[in-house]
Amino acid sequence: MSTVILLLFTGLGLGALYFLVAAGLSLIYGLMGVLNFAHGAFLTLGAFTGWEIARRAGSDNWGIFLLSLIIGAAAGAAFAAFTEFVLIRRLYQRHIEQVLITLGLSLATVALFDGIWGTDPVYIQGPAWFKDTTDILGARIPNDRFVCIVAAVMVLLALVYFLKKTRYGMIIRAGVENRSMVTALGIDVRKAFTLVFTIGGAAAGLGGVLASHYFGYVSPMLGGSLLIFAFIVTVIGGLGSLTGAAIAAVAVAVLQQFANFYLGGTGDFVVVLALALVLLFRPSGLLGRTA
Amino acid sequence: MTTDTDTNSTGRPAVGSGATLPTGKRRTGRRGAGGAPGGAPDTGRPGITGRRLAAWAAGLAGVLLLVLLPLLNISLPGVLPGPSYTPGSLQLLAMCMLMAAAALTYHLLLGVAGLLSFGHALYFGAGVYGLAIILQNLDIPLLPAMGLTLLVVIVLAHVVGSISLRVSGIPFAMVTLAFAQAGSVIVGRNPDGKTGGDEGLTLRTDNLPDFLVGVVNTRNLYWLALAVLVAVFVIVTWVQSSRAGHAAAAVRENELRVRVLGLQPYLVKLLIFVLSAILVSVIGMVFLLLQSGAIPRAISSDLTITLLVMVVLGGVGSRWGAVIGGVFYTILDQRLTALANSEAVRSLPDILRVPLSEPLFILGTLFILVVLFLPGGLAGTAERLGRRRRGRAGNGGAETPREILEDAA
Amino acid sequence: MSTAAEHRPAEAAPILRVEGLSARIAGQQVVEDVSFTVPATGITALLGRNGVGKTSTIKAIIGLIDRTGVVELAGERIEKEATFKIIQRGVGYVPEDREVFSGLTVAENLRLAERDASPRRQLVEELFPDLLARAGQMAGTLSGGQQQMVSLARALLNTNKILLVDEPTKGLAPKIVGEVADTLAEAAKTVPILLVEQNLHVVRQLAEGAVVLSGGRVVHTGRALDFLDDAGLIHRHLGVSTDAASHGDPVEKGAAL
Repeated sequence: MSTVILLLFTGLGLGALYFLVAAGLSLIYGLMGVLNFAHGAFLTLGAFTGWEIARRAGSDNWGIFLLSLIIGAAAGAAFAAFTEFVLIRRLYQRHIEQVLITLGLSLATVALFDGIWGTDPVYIQGPAWFKDTTDILGARIPNDRFVCIVAAVMVLLALVYFLKKTRYGMIIRAGVENRSMVTALGIDVRKAFTLVFTIGGAAAGLGGVLASHYFGYVSPMLGGSLLIFAFIVTVIGGLGSLTGAAIAAVAVAVLQQFANFYLGGTGDFVVVLALALVLLFRPSGLLGRTA
Repeated sequence: MTTDTDTNSTGRPAVGSGATLPTGKRRTGRRGAGGAPGGAPDTGRPGITGRRLAAWAAGLAGVLLLVLLPLLNISLPGVLPGPSYTPGSLQLLAMCMLMAAAALTYHLLLGVAGLLSFGHALYFGAGVYGLAIILQNLDIPLLPAMGLTLLVVIVLAHVVGSISLRVSGIPFAMVTLAFAQAGSVIVGRNPDGKTGGDEGLTLRTDNLPDFLVGVVNTRNLYWLALAVLVAVFVIVTWVQSSRAGHAAAAVRENELRVRVLGLQPYLVKLLIFVLSAILVSVIGMVFLLLQSGAIPRAISSDLTITLLVMVVLGGVGSRWGAVIGGVFYTILDQRLTALANSEAVRSLPDILRVPLSEPLFILGTLFILVVLFLPGGLAGTAERLGRRRRGRAGNGGAETPREILEDAA
Repeated sequence: MSTAAEHRPAEAAPILRVEGLSARIAGQQVVEDVSFTVPATGITALLGRNGVGKTSTIKAIIGLIDRTGVVELAGERIEKEATFKIIQRGVGYVPEDREVFSGLTVAENLRLAERDASPRRQLVEELFPDLLARAGQMAGTLSGGQQQMVSLARALLNTNKILLVDEPTKGLAPKIVGEVADTLAEAAKTVPILLVEQNLHVVRQLAEGAVVLSGGRVVHTGRALDFLDDAGLIHRHLGVSTDAASHGDPVEKGAAL
């Protein structure tokens, strides 16, 4: 039983990370039709920025940790806004070329990170409490899992609030459903594009800092490895659906943990199988809109 | 793609001078594409005209030159590590040709059928690892081993293709990525020690014919690679001008119209998908022989992205574009790696040294610039310049690279 | 081909002038060299068979599809502007198939459409009391007729120079058709309307001028009643008999209320 609880919480922790990346991806694709390969780079930048802060200011400190979260999110947001404004905007409505640009950007930035920080993983420290465990129903859960879960839940609530209660949130919700009609109401969707990219970047940057604590290290490859799973989560959850991304993130991560433990390390394979099944029976994803 | 020419398992040395780089056009000249209609997205229309005859003659001359290259003493400082008959140079050239051939198979997917696949490396890797594992564990000669590998690839491509083609556009891209990732993970996990994990798998040469083994026989591998490139080019041309090819292009442009005509878009796409997988797996098998080993990169999504970059750089929708892109990228990557390790770069201030010491940074940036400003790629730009000089109007109704890319969405 | 100018004294400048408008969708020419004007008052009908390019013309005017040619709104050229800018100049667009946002509530749909500093909420509340009652309801759960009301209300919330209304009665029951027509007639008192309609009964009731399209081109302009009373013209350009013309198109089975 305690194994199940441990697997569950590990899955929830990982799912929290997947959600933070997938939320941005899903909104960006849903509103703009852009498959953002550079999203992993937003995450990696956030992770490295957070690490640099912790490195200089002392890592065994909740205050510094929170600061690293904020700065990491800000770095991700800035990078994302820059990407949208300088690169994506020029190729308005040319989706494949936008994808290609994000691909080129991810190649270039990962290489740049390799150059700046080196290719080897850098092990990081956080507040000592992270390494401790809490006992739940007989299972010893590492505390960093809880941090990830709490952070992701807060981001989810914040995003839902934003979407439901603000005008831009309304524009984004409408735009995901029918972008051309939003322009036909006299609204300049391009501002919404930049906003969505920025929000996605912030979530990814935040996820990056958390991921570095969850996995215990930072490296230029960090974003890329999470990105593929975030893609899978986005497709399973339904492109453009925030709640879909949340549900799928948890489902995929938990499934992965259980399959890894009980089915001999085949977690990744099982996830791909799940993707195949979803595509066979419900191509638009769990909560996605049927085209 | 880092081609291992400088430090590969057989220790073939390479001498890089890190000097000037030839332009893509120069590559064109060497490849004998000078007379060909540049990089115009071609429809492979049959029919003999004077220009086509000239193009074919030039192409043949180019191939002849390449065949004779190992017997000649041509030096291209800055491009080739040594004179053309040295194993190091032949290895690099062979790699260029294999990559060009692989790019051609990707052109078949993207440029002809409009399928943006992010999982093409799965079949290349299946060729590489499949042949390696079969040779390692079974005592059968080369050709039967290749045949067996081919069988595996056909089944694999069929299964993955039929599932993936249930969706199209970006979701299709993501599904193919996921499947390829699964393959990559399986190889990385090294089940039963069969795949060698991160270390890769050395080629077992016991059952291989002698003329394909050893540094001294690099020229034979070079000729094999050339043969593969020519064969793939011919096959791709044939498919493009066949009914299946025209159907695929029609599906790419307007699927609804094709359906109305009673044709089956799904089957056409599946056919092209499996065919390009077969071709690239054969290329992978030759790659294995050339490299004397299998490496995880051969099955990674990075490789698929590399192929995509090659095709876009060269010009989407054009066979010559794929070839030029493949060669240009491979040489550029090798040269940039040499540049990165050179004294000149090491002595630069950090702000310049860091980006310049990462070949992928330069390649990625180049890629971005090409997508933004040169949507036709190198071949398309050459074509446009040529057209401007000749004063020809439009493209004859053929789609521009940009339109082909949008069709894939 | 009779033009309004021959029968009437000189009028105020047209609110909308279209000249040589052409548009393509996916390589297909859907609108070809279309030219007409819309007077600054009243309702002008845009008529034609199914698939002839009426909706495409409307979309081309506001730039939802790529177009070439001249489009002039209240004397200013707009053909190079982005859609949202054109709408902000004062265009109310009521699309074919309503296109309300089903994931938003009625109130949100309306709020999204508000452009002006002081939108005419009171007017809309008076014209559409039913919508007021359903303010919190998800627009996706509304009936076709109710969605049409949302779509119309969106256009009426702002002060517009012109309304572009595309087949507002499509798929609606006769009673609702009547309500929609009444609402349009009311709106036309203060803003000119370019109305695409297949239901000739409604056209007869509402329209003053008519522009007829066939094969993506303008084949007739003039007074609506003149056109509707000419059986030959109707048959040639719309392909329906006079009976259908005077009684309106048959109601589609299962038209929602």
